[in-house]
Amino acid sequence: MEKGIFTKNIKQEQIDAFKRNKRALTSAYIFLFLFIISLFSELIANDKPLLLKYQNDLYFPIFSDYTDKDFGGDFPTPADYKDPYIIKQIEQSGWMLMPIIPFSFNTVDYNLNVPTPSAPSQEHWLGTDDEGRDIVARIFYGFRLSIIFSFLLTVISSIIGIITGAIQGYFGGKTDLIFQRFMEIWETLPQLFIIIIIASIFTPGFWSLLIILIAFSWLNLTGMVRAEFLRTRNMEYVKAAKSMGAGNIRIMFKHILPNAVITTITFVPFLLAEGITALTALDFLGLGLPAEYPSLGDLVRQGKDNLQAPWIGISIFIVLSTLLSLLIFIGEGIRDAFDTRRNN
Amino acid sequence: MSILEVKHLSINFRKKNGDIFPAVKDISFNLEQGEILGIVGESGSGKSVTALSVLGLLPYPKAFHGPNSIIEYQGKNLLTASDAELREIRGGKIGFIFQEPMSSLNPLHRIGKQIAETIVIHQHLSLKEANRKALKLLIKVGIKNAKERMKAFPHELSGGQRQRVMIAMAIANRPDILIADEPTTALDVTIQKQIIDLLIKLQKQLNMSIIFISHDLQVIRKIADRVCVMKDGKIVEQNRVSEIFEHPQESYTKTLISSHNILNKLNKESDKNILKINNLNVWFPLKKNFWGKCLEYIKAVNGISINLSKGQTLGIVGESGSGKSTLGQSIVGLNKYSGDIFINNQNIKEITSQERASVQIVFQDPYNALNPRMNIEEIVREGLDIHHKELTKEQKYRLVTEVMQEVGLKESDLKKYPHEFSGGQRQRIAIARALILKPQLLILDEPTSALDVTIQAQVLKLLQKIQNERHLTYIFISHDMNAIKAMSDKIAVMKDGKIIELGSRDEIFNHPQQEYTQKLIAAAV
Repeated sequence: MEKGIFTKNIKQEQIDAFKRNKRALTSAYIFLFLFIISLFSELIANDKPLLLKYQNDLYFPIFSDYTDKDFGGDFPTPADYKDPYIIKQIEQSGWMLMPIIPFSFNTVDYNLNVPTPSAPSQEHWLGTDDEGRDIVARIFYGFRLSIIFSFLLTVISSIIGIITGAIQGYFGGKTDLIFQRFMEIWETLPQLFIIIIIASIFTPGFWSLLIILIAFSWLNLTGMVRAEFLRTRNMEYVKAAKSMGAGNIRIMFKHILPNAVITTITFVPFLLAEGITALTALDFLGLGLPAEYPSLGDLVRQGKDNLQAPWIGISIFIVLSTLLSLLIFIGEGIRDAFDTRRNN
Repeated sequence: MSILEVKHLSINFRKKNGDIFPAVKDISFNLEQGEILGIVGESGSGKSVTALSVLGLLPYPKAFHGPNSIIEYQGKNLLTASDAELREIRGGKIGFIFQEPMSSLNPLHRIGKQIAETIVIHQHLSLKEANRKALKLLIKVGIKNAKERMKAFPHELSGGQRQRVMIAMAIANRPDILIADEPTTALDVTIQKQIIDLLIKLQKQLNMSIIFISHDLQVIRKIADRVCVMKDGKIVEQNRVSEIFEHPQESYTKTLISSHNILNKLNKESDKNILKINNLNVWFPLKKNFWGKCLEYIKAVNGISINLSKGQTLGIVGESGSGKSTLGQSIVGLNKYSGDIFINNQNIKEITSQERASVQIVFQDPYNALNPRMNIEEIVREGLDIHHKELTKEQKYRLVTEVMQEVGLKESDLKKYPHEFSGGQRQRIAIARALILKPQLLILDEPTSALDVTIQAQVLKLLQKIQNERHLTYIFISHDMNAIKAMSDKIAVMKDGKIIELGSRDEIFNHPQQEYTQKLIAAAV
């Protein structure tokens, strides 16, 4: 309803306070840098060439699909740019430019002449996993998937949490009472078992897993928003708006929500970190995303299963701990910047 | 003989950005044995900081004193005293009473224990003996049923009783000096008077010296022997009470004193009735049985009927809890009520919200009444946004600037946020917000209680001016008899949800019928 409800409520002094916190600011830059890089994973780690020239024509295999036939092969199947025959065909009458890492997250390297998981080498910087897939490529894609998943989870569950909290806090009384009891029952449901049951009935995909996790994570913010609404609804400026004839929706959105939003913003980085942990844990247990997704949790499981190949475990440990630390540092920075008691 | 001498005291605060803010600038005064010294000044004048510095209670090292500052007590400079020495003096030789007794008492301990504790610390008595002394003190400060009250928790006491407990704690160790920082500001007038009488009595009995800090000249006049008038960290005038009030020298002192005399001329009674209230009841449920049926009520407003004719001001006076604010809020529809309220002979339950906008309200606390996340333009414009959606942006802006001018604010203030304004300015903004819908009846719910005296006078004058220009009708709610007297044509005295006396200003002030009204008037003057 209100345009820019988030940006408008962040004052310059809070941005300045955040900037003064060097650790948080550096973390924010590093995080943004890594995330933006990971958005271009397809251009960095892919088994298709970025650009190729074949018989005087330019091809962009990343953006459109070509078949073997296009490059003098026999079958109308999608071109396999790792196939020595195709490579030979192309190089005879043109050239091709491969990405820095010539493997996608699901490319199995059949040219390996060592048993999988293979140790770091020139070709595979961090080695391969036990199916012969490049770990760097899997980390790039997994990193991006984790953040996007967790971001969606945070945004959607925050919206639900704010709305439910707002309704409870604003109307109070019986509405609040019934909602609170419902939440208490909901909270006690064993989340993990429900996911196990659901996963045993059908394989969860990206969206279905997101919905299941949202179903439990919206509770995070509800209590806080509710408290904020309970506190603010008796403020004199709310009474003033009411006596002027403002409706419930107007009061909730214009007068109370902006005050509640600040407390919410403070929690967002922590919720993000929580979401990443949750997804990783589920993938580790094999209850999360199916095998065709690149996931950090899957790498953790491989690291555990292949202790003789420590490069898997060590790489994923460093990736996860860096990612979570960055988010926590950013979260601390935001929390301190919005803490009015600390600033005064 | 001087018991405390303050010489060239200056207090500075270091701000976060490195600037230095001088709160007190080179003041000197002394306190004689057995004297009550009043320090009067507006908020921000440095009077509280001065008092806190005597006990070394400032946030050092953020606060620091000038090089020549001396606070001498019994030949010792308190500013250079060690922590151990200061602890001995605090609560021992010098007692302290704060403004808000609720936050100065520990909510988790029984009051008897809290008093006994200070006795044990300073007099090294056994707990049993300290308890006996604590009981004696409670009797001395006039707590009824003192023996049972020893076991009470702070929240079980009323505001006045809590302040008595604070006084008992402060005098527990027979201090030479008692510093009272606005001890009566948070209390009702009749309770204020009791506390002041108690302090005067104790001062005589114990032969203490008292530094009494207040922004309220009337209180100072009643209690003090000598007065220091503070402004912007300086003492502008100090003299005996009679001298200050009868022959003030400085112009600031004169403004302070004249702030209390801004009697409005009486408005003519017109035959047009604007507000009619029939048998209004506002009951809040206190106790419900299992099935949700109400067993007990707080009868905040209990069977009130009022007639108010156009262009007049009805003053409603009463102590906190008398239901006067609830009455005001019911008229603008903030409470559920039974009974009938008619505006211009129309029942407000049956009129549209636009017609209802002819009644507006201004609240007490200008710090709470403005949304901190909206700028002034949005705040003032809100009424138009709700009721006059047909207006263009430019038309709305013009109306907003007009009303801002009327209340004495600048157009350049529109983009600012509430925290950039002082209390008086905020109250002007709140008035502008109420005026923009061109109301006929304005309910003023303690509009000046949170303001300094000189600002109070300005706001009251502004309200009088607006009333004359717009021919508004006011309902002026206050606990302050002086403000009521300044504003009202008719006065209703409320107690326990009922109007116990209703009459013209002269009738109420010159010939009060009820004992309670007489008490209120006696306490105020």
